[in-house]
Amino acid sequence: MGSVLAQLRSNGVLGINCRNGEYILKLNDRRYFPLVDDKVLCKERLQERNLAVPELIAVARYMQQASHLGALLGNHNEFVIKPAHGSGGDGILVIKDRKSDYFVDSDGKLVLRADLEHHLTNVIGGLYSLGGQPDVAMVESLVHFDPAFAGLTYHGVPDIRVIVYRGYPVMAMVRLPTRESHGKANLHQGAIGVGVDMASGITVGGVSGNNAVSVHPDTGSQITGFRIPHWSRIVSMAARCFEAVELGYLGVDIVLDEEHGPLILELNARPGLNIQIANRRGLRHRLDAVDALGQGRQSPERRVEWACRQFGESRVDLLSPAPW
Amino acid sequence: MTRSRQWVVLSLLLIMVGGLVFAFKVVRLGYPVFPDQTSEQWVVQARLRIEPVKGPVRASLLLPVRSTGFTISNESFVSRDFGLTIQEEMFRRRADWAIRSLDGDRTLYYRATVIKDMRQHRFATRPEIPPPPQLEEPWATALEDLVEEVKKESADVQSFAAEILDHLHESSDDASWKIFMEGVESPLEHARLAQNILAAEQIPSKLVHGIMLRHDVQRAVVDTMLAVWDGDDWLLFDPATGQQGRPEEFMIWWRGLETLASVSGALINDLQISVKKRMTSSLELASLRTELKDSFVGRISLLHLPVQTQSVYEVLLLVPFGILVIVLLRNFIGLSSFGTFAPVLIALAFRETELLKGILLFMLIVSLGLVFRFYLERLRLLLVPRLAAVVTIVVLLMTAISLLSERMGTETGLSVSLFPMVIISMVIERMSIVWEERGAATSIREGLGSLLMASLAYLVISIDVLEYWVTVFPEVNLIVLGLIVALGRYTGFRLTELFRFRQLAARDS
Repeated sequence: MGSVLAQLRSNGVLGINCRNGEYILKLNDRRYFPLVDDKVLCKERLQERNLAVPELIAVARYMQQASHLGALLGNHNEFVIKPAHGSGGDGILVIKDRKSDYFVDSDGKLVLRADLEHHLTNVIGGLYSLGGQPDVAMVESLVHFDPAFAGLTYHGVPDIRVIVYRGYPVMAMVRLPTRESHGKANLHQGAIGVGVDMASGITVGGVSGNNAVSVHPDTGSQITGFRIPHWSRIVSMAARCFEAVELGYLGVDIVLDEEHGPLILELNARPGLNIQIANRRGLRHRLDAVDALGQGRQSPERRVEWACRQFGESRVDLLSPAPW
Repeated sequence: MTRSRQWVVLSLLLIMVGGLVFAFKVVRLGYPVFPDQTSEQWVVQARLRIEPVKGPVRASLLLPVRSTGFTISNESFVSRDFGLTIQEEMFRRRADWAIRSLDGDRTLYYRATVIKDMRQHRFATRPEIPPPPQLEEPWATALEDLVEEVKKESADVQSFAAEILDHLHESSDDASWKIFMEGVESPLEHARLAQNILAAEQIPSKLVHGIMLRHDVQRAVVDTMLAVWDGDDWLLFDPATGQQGRPEEFMIWWRGLETLASVSGALINDLQISVKKRMTSSLELASLRTELKDSFVGRISLLHLPVQTQSVYEVLLLVPFGILVIVLLRNFIGLSSFGTFAPVLIALAFRETELLKGILLFMLIVSLGLVFRFYLERLRLLLVPRLAAVVTIVVLLMTAISLLSERMGTETGLSVSLFPMVIISMVIERMSIVWEERGAATSIREGLGSLLMASLAYLVISIDVLEYWVTVFPEVNLIVLGLIVALGRYTGFRLTELFRFRQLAARDS
């Protein structure tokens, strides 16, 4: 056990205590937390900065709105309902189709009108919000993910998580929904995390739960050696989020829309640490490298350039024929 | 000071303050560190039998004064028909009984309960220089010689006095000693003689009378010691042996040349001092001592609260210990639970039910509650009413279990009343959400995790000595706070992370 500890330390693996104590507490000013914890506010903020986000269809603030679905949803047939203060992907309902009296969710299951209304009241009642505060339900347009990921996901939308440290994108992974995760991209719900090389956007290794995997369990596709489209735009968008919310230790979740390209799904002020397992790399050395640059603020372009050069490993050798 | 190091200072400070108060109570006030320790208490009784002669009768008895070694915790007088007044001076107390006429023998009682007390008390005020004794020849010359001789053999007041007593004790053959030693036998006479010799050197001295509290004695002997002023302080000597220092069992009663009892208009038939040892719990004794001293620090304990309030605070003061366990389990081991501190509250409930029964009861209520909760989910109740319904169901379940167990003759059900139903309801609610969102396995695993944490917290807070400590030494919670502050800056790995990140430890990067 002692040797494991020493090895983890020398590999620069970041633990939760260290993440909380040394990074989040020091770099993430509490007063900026609402900017990421409130997804409605976050969306507005990102839009102000010209960062692309999925379109907001409606916001349900009152219980009564739940029973007036027509007014709330307009004529959208596909959408996502999210608690504005949700965490860990809880309370997200993805609707793919709408019939006269029922809806169809991402698993293809039937969702009755009453079920949907009930879900909305639960969200507004604060069932999924941090600390149980009354919340707001947001209805967002559904992202049609880039067909590039077709073989890499089971239902749901894969997303890309980038850790942005003091404005520098330091590590990234792709999160692939699985049958187990019910189409959600959260690792603790069963999604697979796949490490991404910072310079090339090529996937390197994956993790399911805490175990390494290299094949998608549902589709059987190879998940490594796959080049993520729009990579430089993804990294640059992630880096610019720093200016939008001023959090020094930030997780940026980006989805690739078929039509609109990369969209910022949400920001996270306490991003998880499994990204290290997905990348087979500790975060610490990279964070230290950024710290070594000193305090002066660079432009996002300079930061991205530096980070990709610094952390990229140009693993083109891994590149295999894309699964599409 | 940089902010990054303040926590070290704060933590150490808290631990130190807590530790010091604790130590003060143990060392100075005599609070026992562990419960159920007994210590001794002495009942000292002076019994004065007088026989009236004629006219009004007055009887006086010198009372023990506060002094190093012992404290009087309680005293009483029995003196039917007599008027009683007590004279209090700095270093002298006297009880005066008076009656206009007395027709027969009468016994007066004074009784004091005395406890050991290690605090230092001033023995007497700064004395005046005594006049040198006016002696005729041959005593005057003999005294001179004698003082000369002792002076040669001593360096200071202390050794001078010790030397004199030594000579007296060993019945020196020297002529100048002999002429003084004639007829001097009792320790009292030794002491008086020593006083005279000391006076020749202008060293103030005082006689000190007291009794030894060693074991039960029907008729205790008054011992006399010699107190010698060395310019700063009074030094006590045993005139019989020349040994310096107050024997631990020696309780000082009075000082000076007065007699213990004096009467007018009557005769003293008998004056008897008896000593009786009594064992009491140290705790009782310590709190008694605290009250006598009016010590502020000593008052920081729950013993001064009414009993019912005590038990409430006892539970409250145990909470930090439970929380400390949770901090360790979460931040060092890496366990997680429903609700940050819910396990502590469940652990408190286990105190009422005992561990095994508590766990069974908890599992029973939670699983039944979950069944109802899943049914309520189908009714599509709004969040708050649904939670309220779950709480109500939990209460009803607990009542039902109570009634059932009463039928079956076990008492667990009855003691469950304190089971934190709101907490249980929240656990049920959280569990059902996790159940739906992440599956039954995760939900049950986290539920059992909470239960495990609650059990561990219970095992800690049920340590007997902790319950005693929080009652008598509530300041131990300052130590707990200090530890929590210190633990709060632990940024190393959690135990579970060693497992979680094990693949990252396998190779160098």
